[in-house]
Formats: sequence, C-alpha cells, structure tokens
Amino acid sequence: MSEAVMEPTGGAGVVHDWSKDKQVFGVPWGKAMMWIFLLSDTFIFSCFLVGYMSVRISTTDPWPNPSEVFALSFGGEPIPLILIAIMTFILITSSGTMALAVNMGYRKDRKKTFWLMVATAVLGASFVGMQAFEWTKLIVDEGVRPWSNPMGAAQFGSSFFMITGFHGMHVSAGVIYLLVIANRVRNGFYEKRGGNYEIVEITGLYWHFVDLVWVFIFALFYLW
Amino acid sequence: MAAEGQQHPLKIYYIMWGALFVLSGMSYWTDFWDDGPIRTGAILLFMFLKAGGIVFIFMHMGWERRALKIAILGPPVALMVLIWLMSYEGFYIEDTRTEYYGESTFEPEPVHH
Repeated sequence: MSEAVMEPTGGAGVVHDWSKDKQVFGVPWGKAMMWIFLLSDTFIFSCFLVGYMSVRISTTDPWPNPSEVFALSFGGEPIPLILIAIMTFILITSSGTMALAVNMGYRKDRKKTFWLMVATAVLGASFVGMQAFEWTKLIVDEGVRPWSNPMGAAQFGSSFFMITGFHGMHVSAGVIYLLVIANRVRNGFYEKRGGNYEIVEITGLYWHFVDLVWVFIFALFYLW
Repeated sequence: MAAEGQQHPLKIYYIMWGALFVLSGMSYWTDFWDDGPIRTGAILLFMFLKAGGIVFIFMHMGWERRALKIAILGPPVALMVLIWLMSYEGFYIEDTRTEYYGESTFEPEPVHH
C-alpha cells in the first residue's frame, strides 16, 4: 500500500465514487432516465389499480356496472361503453402518429416530425376533452361523488376519479410536452445541437406509456 | 446503429398500429359477452397483447439490450406479490364485514342516460 493513490473524501469523495463507474446502458442518458421515470410511474399507477382492486373486492355493496354507467345514447338506445371505446381508439391513433414522428425524427425530416407530433397532441387534447365531458356527465347527471353514488358501492367514485384523474393529468402534461418539443423541432433548436432527434423518441416513450396505462385502466376498470 | 438510434422500417409500425386497432375492437367486443371466466380471460389476454405490442414495438424495448430490459421490466414483476396479498386481504375483509355487519342492504338506483 506504499503507492496508494489518495482518493478524495467528503463531498468530493461522493462525487468521485458515483462518477467512476462505467456507463451501464448503451442508450442516451435522457432515454435511460425517461425509462426509469416511467418505471416509477408504473408503480404509482399500480398502487392505484391495486387499491381499486382491494376496495372492489372488500366492499359488500354491489359494484355499479361500468357498461351501463358509461353507456351513451345518441337519440336511440344507449350504446354500452361507447365513449370509452372512442377514447381508446383516439389514444391508439395518437400512439401510431407518435411512432411515425419518432421514425421521421431519425430520418431528420423536420416538417413531418413536427406535424405528426402536433397531430398526436391534438388527439391527446381531444381525449382530455372527452374525459371532461365524461366527468361532467357522471357528476352532474348521475350524481357520482368520490364518497357516494346512487348506483352502488361508494368506492366506485373514489377509484374512478383518482385513477382516471391521474391518467388525464398525464395526458394533459404529455400534450404540453409534445407541443414544446414539436416547436423546437420546427424552429431548428436541435439543428444547432448537431441535428440529434433522440428527444423525439424520449417524448414518444412518455406518450406511449400514457397509452399503455390506458390499456390497463380500460381492461381493469371499465371492462372488468 | 447505436449512434443513429432506433430506426426500423415503417411497415412494422403500420402492422402494430393495425393490430392495436383490432385488439382494441376485440377488447370492446368482450363488453357484450356474458360474464364468466372466458370473458375475464379474454379481457386479460387482449390487455397483455396490447401492452406487449406497445412496449416491445412502439417503445422499441424489443430492440434494446438485455441490461435495460431487465432493469425496467424486472421490478414490476414484484407487483404480482402485491396483487396476491391485497386480493387475499380483500376477500378476508369482505368476509369479516359480512359476518359482523351482515349482508348489504344497498338499493341501487338505475342509471339514467
């Protein structure tokens, strides 16, 4: 140990120790960080969905039938769950336009990337709009509250507002995120930084995750 | 390829897009089936097929290296334990509620449209 190299201690030592490892993931750091954020978000949504599962199992009151609660009439017989089905298809359409935007970004086709991202944001905004309509109908017409509702177990309202509210917040944040990045693609912000459009894929990861969560909400809350 | 990121033929995305539409249509279709294990199984099957398609194709996880796959897809497996524990407890709570408070006397009102 005579030739021992003096390593820094204290605060400098912390920085030294944490930064001496080699890179683990062969992806840009932004992408790795987005994946880790999405992993933590997975656990948040899982906690909501597991909480919903346990209150639905443990209540002795009847659970309202989502198929009827979310039915919508266009003049004639109410069609079961139709608004939710339309919202699902809108989100899937937006996932497709986002996937194409990522591809066009790597091809450095700025114009197509911009417009595909704008289309994704518009579809996302219309999803939030429909959700606002759904909430209004449920609160005003059906009298659903987080603490009670006339159709069955009180836990229906609390689970519904918590889960879809948190998801809707993610969609709204995603729309803003998309528009910010789309604008930067358009105005040449990334051209000045070496023309790297990895950020479009990172934005895409977030957007696809929002769609992914909806797949689980649709199956477990609306269909189950 | 690493420097240029995830580039794949457009055809893959169009196929996945179409598949998601078909699977969503089938998910919605299960709403018209009679309740039972077949419907429950179908809901879960379509859910996992859609989720897998989104993660592996649209989010490119299928083309990432295994280190990233394990780091991201591994931890959620622990959720299976949480789901099992909470459902087990949920049924227990339901039983004790029925035993001590009796059956529910809730009279549901019909949904108005």
